[in-house]
Amino acid sequence: MTKVTLTVNGKSMSGEAEGRTLLASFLRDTLGLTGTHIGCDTSQCGACVVHLDGKAVKSCTLLAMDADGGNVTTIEGMANADGSLNTIQQAFQDHHGLQCGFCTPGMVMSASALLAENPKPTESEIRHYLEGNICRCTGYHNIVKAVLAASGQDANVMAAE
Amino acid sequence: MYNFDFVKPSSVAEAVKALSDDEAQPLSGGQTLLPSMKQRLNAPGTLVSLTGIAELKGVKREGDTLVIGAATLHATVAKEAAAHYPALAELAGQIGDPAVRNRGTIGGSLANNDPSACYPAAVLASGATIVTSNREIAADDYFQGMFTTALEPGEIITAVRFPIPQKAAYAKFVQPASRFALTGAFVAQYADGVRVAITGASEGGVFRWSEGEAALSSNFSADALKGMSGEAEGMIGDLHGTPAYRAHLVGVMTRRAVSAAH
Repeated sequence: MTKVTLTVNGKSMSGEAEGRTLLASFLRDTLGLTGTHIGCDTSQCGACVVHLDGKAVKSCTLLAMDADGGNVTTIEGMANADGSLNTIQQAFQDHHGLQCGFCTPGMVMSASALLAENPKPTESEIRHYLEGNICRCTGYHNIVKAVLAASGQDANVMAAE
Repeated sequence: MYNFDFVKPSSVAEAVKALSDDEAQPLSGGQTLLPSMKQRLNAPGTLVSLTGIAELKGVKREGDTLVIGAATLHATVAKEAAAHYPALAELAGQIGDPAVRNRGTIGGSLANNDPSACYPAAVLASGATIVTSNREIAADDYFQGMFTTALEPGEIITAVRFPIPQKAAYAKFVQPASRFALTGAFVAQYADGVRVAITGASEGGVFRWSEGEAALSSNFSADALKGMSGEAEGMIGDLHGTPAYRAHLVGVMTRRAVSAAH
């Protein structure tokens, strides 16, 4: 076991990891941050997306030791300082951008990476960017609406269903 | 996955030294290696991470050549190659999904040589040079079949040198579940002729479509390929497409690439 230290949501956190410990498992099992979900464990579904040094990555396909020293943001770090939902999270609630909620942490993290790169994405750009995030309830329509709304655009421009 | 020792050197020389151990394997972005280790298809004793080596990263123009460090991310190539070699940048921006592009590297993709990967098509069609820790390998000698390359054990790719073409484009027929190429064609026009490389189609991995190259070298237009398609023999057949379907796509995707070339 080797000590791994990360800055997680602005705080320095350490724990022991094996070579094979994935960043997703390290966050959940060692640091107790269970907001990051492990869905497929094969880097397809995107439920485990976090930001590492400002970039969206699949934490189930990244070794904790390879991330050592890095700056990680997880879903736990997304809320506003007073604990209220941030703009993207609020938009997911307002537009019912979730059904079972399992994919939601990854959807919010990917949406946040998209809006940092492209503050006013079109519907098609949002759908394209979220290709690596799978919602098995197939609630994509409201997720895309939520991202449009979070970017300050009118979500009603999209067809009803 | 089985456990292993993990080392993260900060120079190519240290990485080569760590890889002299028979049980050691290099790890770049890990977007293929880690899933294959989870399935226990691969079980190295030591993983040597190449992600902490600054000299392996970056996109640099040198005259008519674009030099890309082996550990450069797909997302970085998509952005930084755009002004120099737009077709290559567009190809990089179509690999996997955004999170995969933020980890996966050009060197990792080429060392793995997946028969459906995108980068091998650009490298072969550009007649690029693979620079390794101890030599330079021409693209025509580098790809040696499905998941097989000219790399020796312990040898790592350090950079890829792409001669910049007059015109080029990549046209990819996406396998919708994996976003790998069901068949992809990369066409590049140079002063001395046109090169066409096809990925995703052949059981032998990426290959040059010589009939297409001959037709396009005398007339660079989609019409020059009218009615032409690949040979079904030796093409991949699976639930996504038969060998005959992929052979047909060779012609279709090459025509689309020629029409889109810029």
